[in-house]
Amino acid sequence: MNGVSLTIDGKRIKARKGEKVLWAALDNGIYIPNLCAIPEASAPFAGCRLCFVEIEGRNGPVTACTETVEEGMTVNTQGPKAQRLARTALELLLASHPVDCAHCPANRACELQKIAFHLRVKLKPKRFRKIERELPIDSSSPVFTYDPNKCVLCGKCVWACREQLSIGVLGFAQRGFKRVVTTFDNRPIAESNCQGCGDCAAVCPVGAMVLKGVNKARASHARAKSRE
Amino acid sequence: MKIAGVPETDSTFELIKSHALSQWQELYDGTKPVIMVGTTTCGRAAGALEVLQAIRDELAKDHLDARVVEVGCMGHCYAEPLVIISKPGHPTMAYGYVTTEIARRLVKDYVIGEDISLEFSLGALEENDLIPSIYDLPRFAYEKQIILENCGHIDPEDIDHYIAKGGYESLAKALQMQPQEIMEEIRRSGLRGRGGAGFPTWQKWEICGNSRGRPKYVICNADEGDPGAFMDRAILESDPHSVIEGMVIAAYVVGARHGYIYVRAEYPLAVHRVRIALRQARRLGLLGKNILGGDFNFDIKLFQGSGAFVCGEETALIASLEGRPGLPQHRPPFPAVSGLNGKPTLIDNVKTLAYVPRIMMNGAAWFSSTGTEESKGTAVFALAGKVVNTGLTEVPMGTTLRQVIFDVGAGIPNGKRFKAVQIGGPSGGCLPESALDLPIDFDSLTEAGAMMGSGGMVVLDEDDCMVEVARYFLEFTQRESCGKCTMCRLGTKQMLEILDDITKGRGRMEDIDTLYEMAEDIKAGSLCGLGKTAPNPVLTTLRYFRDEYEAHIKERRCPAHMCRDLIAYYILPEKCERSCDACVGTCTVEAISSNKKGIKVIDQEKCVKCNTCLQACPPQYNAVIKLSPPELVPAAKGKK
Repeated sequence: MNGVSLTIDGKRIKARKGEKVLWAALDNGIYIPNLCAIPEASAPFAGCRLCFVEIEGRNGPVTACTETVEEGMTVNTQGPKAQRLARTALELLLASHPVDCAHCPANRACELQKIAFHLRVKLKPKRFRKIERELPIDSSSPVFTYDPNKCVLCGKCVWACREQLSIGVLGFAQRGFKRVVTTFDNRPIAESNCQGCGDCAAVCPVGAMVLKGVNKARASHARAKSRE
Repeated sequence: MKIAGVPETDSTFELIKSHALSQWQELYDGTKPVIMVGTTTCGRAAGALEVLQAIRDELAKDHLDARVVEVGCMGHCYAEPLVIISKPGHPTMAYGYVTTEIARRLVKDYVIGEDISLEFSLGALEENDLIPSIYDLPRFAYEKQIILENCGHIDPEDIDHYIAKGGYESLAKALQMQPQEIMEEIRRSGLRGRGGAGFPTWQKWEICGNSRGRPKYVICNADEGDPGAFMDRAILESDPHSVIEGMVIAAYVVGARHGYIYVRAEYPLAVHRVRIALRQARRLGLLGKNILGGDFNFDIKLFQGSGAFVCGEETALIASLEGRPGLPQHRPPFPAVSGLNGKPTLIDNVKTLAYVPRIMMNGAAWFSSTGTEESKGTAVFALAGKVVNTGLTEVPMGTTLRQVIFDVGAGIPNGKRFKAVQIGGPSGGCLPESALDLPIDFDSLTEAGAMMGSGGMVVLDEDDCMVEVARYFLEFTQRESCGKCTMCRLGTKQMLEILDDITKGRGRMEDIDTLYEMAEDIKAGSLCGLGKTAPNPVLTTLRYFRDEYEAHIKERRCPAHMCRDLIAYYILPEKCERSCDACVGTCTVEAISSNKKGIKVIDQEKCVKCNTCLQACPPQYNAVIKLSPPELVPAAKGKK
């Protein structure tokens, strides 16, 4: 197989031809923040705007999930311009996220916490106004609880339900700030065609979809272990 | 790519053309008067259908044989409904602001009688010795009509009219050429995409033409959604065949077999007229299989968008066409490489495509002789807002904003002062008086912080608050943002909240810095063009009207007296007339009362600032004024 060699943060790595920079970095132990990237997806979602990197010869930062590796490419994940954009995106997400980690079942298993630590962004940043959506929590499903207020709209649950399992209970609705993951006709999950597989909760990177009675931190720890 | 031309193409078209010409000549055979009524959306809104009916009724009453034709929009939307009368032996006359009453009189006095009714006329449509010509109006010194040429002069629902005016001749000519030769002609013309960004048209065609993958598609982007823009609608309603002809030529060049016109469902008349045009073109063999008898096949379907603004973005448009939610995708791959159904897809704006037949007809040199160094040809603008002559205008690139607004548009109504012009819709910006002498082209506007966009031009006067204008456009983008990416969904929301606070007098000086920071990051970090340009209205108003922002924040004062929370209504006691109580009666919340002296006083706590008292106060008194900040209202004396 013909590979491509490139440099990320000074480290020379080999990647599969056609691979995106994000996966090449992650596979080689170089972390780039991301919320919406799905390795199996046919095209990058590119919605979270967190995986900004700087590539030599490029005009301005680019998202690592959409850039294909090229021979001799030099990538910098720590560039100040890229970090500024990633920090802004994260601060925006946190400003519209009920940050109440102590009472959140996803505490310590939350990607927002991980990324905030990585980017050195406080969990309660002061720069923006706190704008929350105040939507009702849906606990009608026997399997999981859905709190749309915590949702970062990464689309992973929609992808799992729709593309991977072809069930299609979950989808996006509304535009702009009102955009939300919901069921057809905005019905409670229990009244939808939900099969109760819980895959949506498994892929949710934050505390928006959480399996009932399961500690998310422990569960994700166990999943990580079983993968090894 | 192969050549489709076969010898018979020429003769096939000659037959079609001679038939069309004979139809056209029959219309103007000099025996009967021809009455044309502009019945596009602008005309209909002003009552053109009623005028049309009145003319028909009046003719029927007198058993008069005249030909009545529905035509498109000449661009003089301010004077709608517009009627054109050609009476044999007389110069062709245009009449504006026609009511049903005037229409009946025109039939009686001019069509039947001999009174040319000068008082209702805008002028003659041809040079003559008797009547002043409409072309002597100052605006015509600046206008140059290329794609608006037919608009208002032909029946958009009759293909023969278009053909008689030289239509589809370019297609017949193009089919005799190699695609490469046509591309070269377009390259030399310097045509750039009229959708807003101004990408060289030939380059897009070349990329699509060279892309592997079959079948290929050509899409006409008619998803015009900017507030205040109506150029594409007017062209589709007035001259749909020019767009279709442009599409067929483009398809021939890139080797496409299928085409779509993506038009918003909110344009029902455009949809209706395009449908008719497609049917007629197909019937004459100008569309479909074996076009003009050659071996080139191409057909067009019409697709109605559901009104999402973001669907004007090409990747979102394609998603919508495929039946998926209209969400943009990361580019590259560009649609010219991988578009509809993953196949190479050429997407061009309505106006871009309408230029193509004209360029093929008159040559690249003719087209590039108009315009500036980098932007060739003309620009079409929809003039709206505080301008006397609202409507459409086509001017050479390089015309200044002053010429467009003050000469073509005849300036600001009611003696008000010009403040700014908003160009390019929610992606564009507001340019101040100091920019009026800027020659308009793609690059000059971008440099000034605005954008050609699709060509909407909203004129603002001294009564418009620039912070409020920025807030309005940002509210529009926020509402129309698809919500997929963080920067646009949440970034514009944060900016909107800040602007909301400023217009309500709750702003802080640090907010201006945050606006700048946000604007920079949203521009650099958004997924698609909607987000990347969304901060422009804020950035340009900050750049040119920062003093207004500061007045709102520091003094809680709205200089234009527009922001409701920062103004108060006040009745000047020295101007108020004791015996008049026009304001008292109209006040919706009973906030106005008379004091002992008969002078009217507004109870500021009850007042909801609805503006009715100001309108009700008779002009000879003009006693009601707006004050900003509201604290300027003198404390009421003797109040308990």
